[in-house]
Parts: sequence; C-alpha cells; structure tokens
Amino acid sequence: MASITASTRERPPARLRIRKQLVPYAYLSPTLLLLAVLSLIPIATVFYYSLMDNVIITNVPPSFIGISNYAEILSDSNFLQALRNTLILAVASVIFHFILGLSFAVLLNTRLIGPGTRALFRVVYILPWVFTASIIAVLWRLLLNPNGVVNFLLISFGLAGEQIEWLSSRQIALASVVFINIWSGYPFYMVSFLAGLQGIPDDLYEAGKIDGANNLGLFRFITLPLLRPIIISLAMLDFIWTTHQFTLIWMTTGGGPVRASEVLSTYTYKLAFSSYEFSLASTTAMVILAMSTFVAVFYVRNQRLANE
Amino acid sequence: MKRKTITLLLMVAMLLVAVGAVMAQDAVTLEFSQWWEPELPAGEFRALMDEFEAQNPGITVELISGPYSTTRDQIVAGAATGTMSDVVGLDGAWVSDFVKQGSLASLSDLMVEAGYDDSELAAQIQLNGATYMIPVVNFVYPVFVNLDLMEAAGVMSPPSTRDEFAAAATAMTNPDNNVYGWVIPLSTEQPNGIQNDVMSWVWATGGSMMKDGLPNLVDNADVSSAMEYIKSLWDAGVVAPGAFAMREQDKVEEFTNGRVGMMVDTLAHINLIRERNPELNFAITALPAAEGYDGPRGLPYASWGIGVAENSENKAEAWKLVEFLMSADVNSRLSSIANAFPGNVNSTPDFVQTDELFAAAFEVFQAGYLANEFVGLPVAETLMREFEEPFQLYLDGDMTLDEFLTTAQDAWMAHFE
Repeated sequence: MASITASTRERPPARLRIRKQLVPYAYLSPTLLLLAVLSLIPIATVFYYSLMDNVIITNVPPSFIGISNYAEILSDSNFLQALRNTLILAVASVIFHFILGLSFAVLLNTRLIGPGTRALFRVVYILPWVFTASIIAVLWRLLLNPNGVVNFLLISFGLAGEQIEWLSSRQIALASVVFINIWSGYPFYMVSFLAGLQGIPDDLYEAGKIDGANNLGLFRFITLPLLRPIIISLAMLDFIWTTHQFTLIWMTTGGGPVRASEVLSTYTYKLAFSSYEFSLASTTAMVILAMSTFVAVFYVRNQRLANE
Repeated sequence: MKRKTITLLLMVAMLLVAVGAVMAQDAVTLEFSQWWEPELPAGEFRALMDEFEAQNPGITVELISGPYSTTRDQIVAGAATGTMSDVVGLDGAWVSDFVKQGSLASLSDLMVEAGYDDSELAAQIQLNGATYMIPVVNFVYPVFVNLDLMEAAGVMSPPSTRDEFAAAATAMTNPDNNVYGWVIPLSTEQPNGIQNDVMSWVWATGGSMMKDGLPNLVDNADVSSAMEYIKSLWDAGVVAPGAFAMREQDKVEEFTNGRVGMMVDTLAHINLIRERNPELNFAITALPAAEGYDGPRGLPYASWGIGVAENSENKAEAWKLVEFLMSADVNSRLSSIANAFPGNVNSTPDFVQTDELFAAAFEVFQAGYLANEFVGLPVAETLMREFEEPFQLYLDGDMTLDEFLTTAQDAWMAHFE
C-alpha cells in the first residue's frame, strides 16, 4: 500500500508529461518547418499539379484528371527517348567517372613523383570541376565547333578527313554531351578516391606484399574493398545528379538535333517554359523524383550499413 | 531645459514620421522587368527612368533587368503566381499565352482611361480586339553581306532575288578555307532561327504561313517553294556546317570572323560586328524575293514590346511609364541608343542621318513591311521548335517536303484546337 502511494506521488501530472514529450519536437520544429517549406510543400504542389489539367498559365479552371497525365507522358515517344538518353548519360557518366577518377587518384597517390609535382597535377586534374556548368558548356561549344580546335587537330593529324559536327549531328550529339559531362565530373570522384586512398594504412599493403601479392592483387584485394563504401556512395550520388543535369545539355545542344540528346530535364523545361504545359511538366518532374528516390533509398541503406 | 529639448525633439520626430507616412502613401514604386537595360550602353536606360521620375514626382521605377531568357522565365513565374512586375518587357511570341492566362492588362482600356491618342503608335499587338503589347522599338532582320568575300568571288552587287542569292552563296563558298556563302542557326535551344532565317523567306515574297488565323503549311506554294529553296542551298553545300546546334550569337560570330558571306540578322548587331571586327567590310540589303515578285517585301522583325500586368495595383502609373517611353522624343532617343527603329511613327533615330549602313537599312524598312507571323500565336516558341525538328529531318534527307510540312502542320494544329 505504501509503495502504491509513493508511486502515485512521484508520477508527474499529465500536463507536464505532455510538455516533456513535446520538448524534442519543439527543438526540431525549425528544421521541420524548413523541410516543409523547402521540400514537402513544393513536392506536394508539383504532385498536385501532376494530377490536374489546366494549371498555372491557363484561363480554364484546373480540373482533376487523376493519373491521365502519367498515362500520357509514359506513352509519349519523346518522353521515352528522353528517359533512354538520361539513362545512357547517367550510366555512362557513372562508369567513366569511376574509371577516370580512380585512375587519376591512384596516379596522384603515387610516391614516384615529388610532392610539388603531385600538387601541380592535382590542381590541373581538378580544374574541370572548378568551372561552372555554363563555362564548361561555352568552352566545349568552342572546342567542338566545326571550325574549332578539336576538328583542327584531328584534321591536321590526319585522324579525320573532314569537319565533324560533334554537337549538331544526330548520330554523335548524345555521345558528345556524355563526354563533356564525364570531363566535367571526374574530379569529384578523383578527390574522393584520393582521400580514401590516403586513409588506407600502409601496413595492409606491406602485409599483402609479404603474402606474395603483386600490384594488381594489392589493388584488387586491398584498395578496392576498402574504397567500396566511397564507390557506392559516389556512384549513387552521381547517378542522381546526372539525371538532373540541365545546364550542360541545354547550353550545348538544347536537347537536339531532333531530340537526339534530349534528356528528362530539357524535356521538362520545354514543357513548362515553352509550351506552358505545367501539368505534364510536373508529371515528368514526379517521374524524375521517383527515379531519384529509388536510388536515394539504396544510398541511405548503404550509408546505414556503412555506419553499422 | 533638458525636458523641453527632449519634448521638442520628440515632436519633430513625430512630425517627420507623419509626413513620411503621408508621402509613403502617395509614393508609388513601379517594378519594370525587361532585358533591355543590359543590351543598352551602361546607364542609358536608367537615365531615361530618372527623367521619367523627375517628370512624375512620387513615382519611382525599379528596374529588374536580366538576359532575355531569364526575363522570360521570371515573367512566366510571375504570371503563374500573380506577382508579375507592374510593367513588363514583352516579346510578341509570349503575348498570346499571357493574355490567355489573363495576366496582362488591356492597354486599350488604359489608353481610354488616360485619354491617350494612339495614332502615334506604329503598331499594337492585339488579341480579341484589345491591345496587350506595344512595340517600343523594332529590330528588323535584313541580309548582311560581306563585301570583301563578295568581290573576291566575282559577285558584282548584293543579291536581290533568290537566284542571285544562290549564285552569290555558291561563288563565295570555299570549304577548303572554311568559308561558306550562308549561315542558318537551327539550335533547338533557341528556335528563333525558324522565324528569322527560315520563314522570313516566305514573308519576303509576300507569302504567309497562316490562313484565316490557322496554320497553312501544307499545299501552300509560298511555304513549299521557300523550303525547297533552302534545301537546295543546303544540298549545294553553301550553308556553314554545325547549323543544327547553332544559335543566333554563333551565326553572328561566324559572319564577324569572315567565315560566312551572308546572313539574315538584326540591325541591333551592327555595332557589335564593328566592335569585334573593325576591318569587316559589309553591307545591308533586303531579303531576296522569288524571281518575278515585285510587290512589297515582308521584313522579319523582333520587338522590345511593353505591357502592363493585370495584377498591378498601379496601372495608371504604369501606363504613364508606357506613354513616356512611346512619346516621340523619348522613343527617338531610345531607338538611337538601341540601334532600332522606333515604335512611334513621329520618331526618327539619329543614326538614320549619320550612318550609311543604318540609312540603307531604313530604306529597306520603308520599302517593305514588318512581317512576323509568330507574333501573337499561342506557344510561339513551341511552334518554331515543332517546325524545326521535321525541317532538320527534311534537310538531312530523312523526310520528304510533304512529310515535313504535314508533320509540322499537324503539330501546330494541336495548339489551335
């Protein structure tokens, strides 16, 4: 009986308990508010638009049409081509960013050259990443112009018989923008891998050598496994970023010629700001969001596993 | 004493606050979004606004300036959210969509309210019987000819007909030296090459791409002959390579560097070309017409148009600014600094008397008529793009003329239903 009385006396009033429970949410509220304003409300609005007809630039009242916009977009051959091109751009970029980034990182991590030379190469190799997308687009437009430096060199060295229309040929425009995107993005991989490589203890390599491993073996069984978390994170982030790439494509080819280099971002931009089809543009934005979310889920899971 | 001083200071402060509040009530700040200021000599446009403010005490003009495409995106966003600037710079290609949305105020109503006589206006862009845009200045698009290349090719004078143009372009073309007779920008990013460099050939011969307000591309002899003509130049190899990714600025660059003999371009670029290449010897002529055509030639143009936002709470003040810019004197000065032709019939820009190239252009302008059928059409930029894609396939030989025009016509009709 005494213990019951004591327990009743120690239990705080309900009002205090609720307040105590709410305190953590109060601390979180600024962040939650920011998240709502910057992410949730815009996403919800775009989702709402994707289910409506006649929104924003129209004199007809909006009407709810359910998933009709999704059906229309997913059966549009131009959208499917943009989707295909986006996947080609993203996958090719991830693969080549990885290969180039890792190669340059390994080269820069070598002890065969002095620290001064190494620092110089680091600066040179990182340059593409320093430029903004607009500068890169202008730079490569000049280089790949039919009268540009690239064609001049190719023709001078007998590697091409005539001027190649890098950005204005339906056959090679996509490959050209993929190349430009690879060029502009590999330094991020390189810097990340370099940081990862510098974090691998020398003891492991020495132990590997004692066990008789050659350089390839050391790379395969020590370097790659230890870089694995970085590789997965970078690949996933890069995939998401590349699917959002707009400026580079828009300022080099505009998605042309005849949609040969059209990607989802340029397709969406044209729908919104040229045709004023904001409902359809919102629908494609939701598709891009779904793709990015799909990859982001794997990214978060990978991060969680890495932390564990 | 101290107490008295404090009381006095408090009273003065209250008086100042009260006067400030009254003045603030009367003061009006007009937002003016446009892409003009960056394209004019530094400070010149702001000076005009200062002059307007001096003439209209209580009205302040806040210029929101940016590049053309950024301004358009801003205006679209403003139209969507009801936050459009009070006064907006407009391209004729945008008007239809903003009117459809109800985001532009009827200038006809504002003119009536202000008792304005519109007989001075050279043009008004009207939809459903009301004016929504007034072209402040106009940039016409004649043909620029590199005289040195022309003379070196043995061509005696700038071409006047299509046959003469083809002969001159062929004579000037020398792929070994990277020199071509003509340049045509067909980038998907900026599809205005369709308006300025392609459809202008139809208008120069008095033709039209429309009939009774609807697209008329199929079985239209004027359109067909112009497209076949351009294709013949393309097949003859006289067009500079890289056209499908080329934008207007690239076209100007090719001409300025002496790699192209002729181009259709805006007069606004004359000074740019002179600055970039003072040695370039060039002339201006009207766009060639088909053989046997002797009627007036349609001259493609682009305008710096002006409109007032429907959401503006200061429409009367906004109209005052429009009226100021359209007055004969101010319009003359604006035309002069912009190297454009005026939107007021009584204005005369200085350069017509002082510059022989502009004088020649003015003659071309007076002999023909302004023609740009994309002005006022719905989703005009999309129409250009939808024409451009099958046009590129036609030029590449992957579509016949009929397939190309039928594809474009079908795409266009979807926006007119």
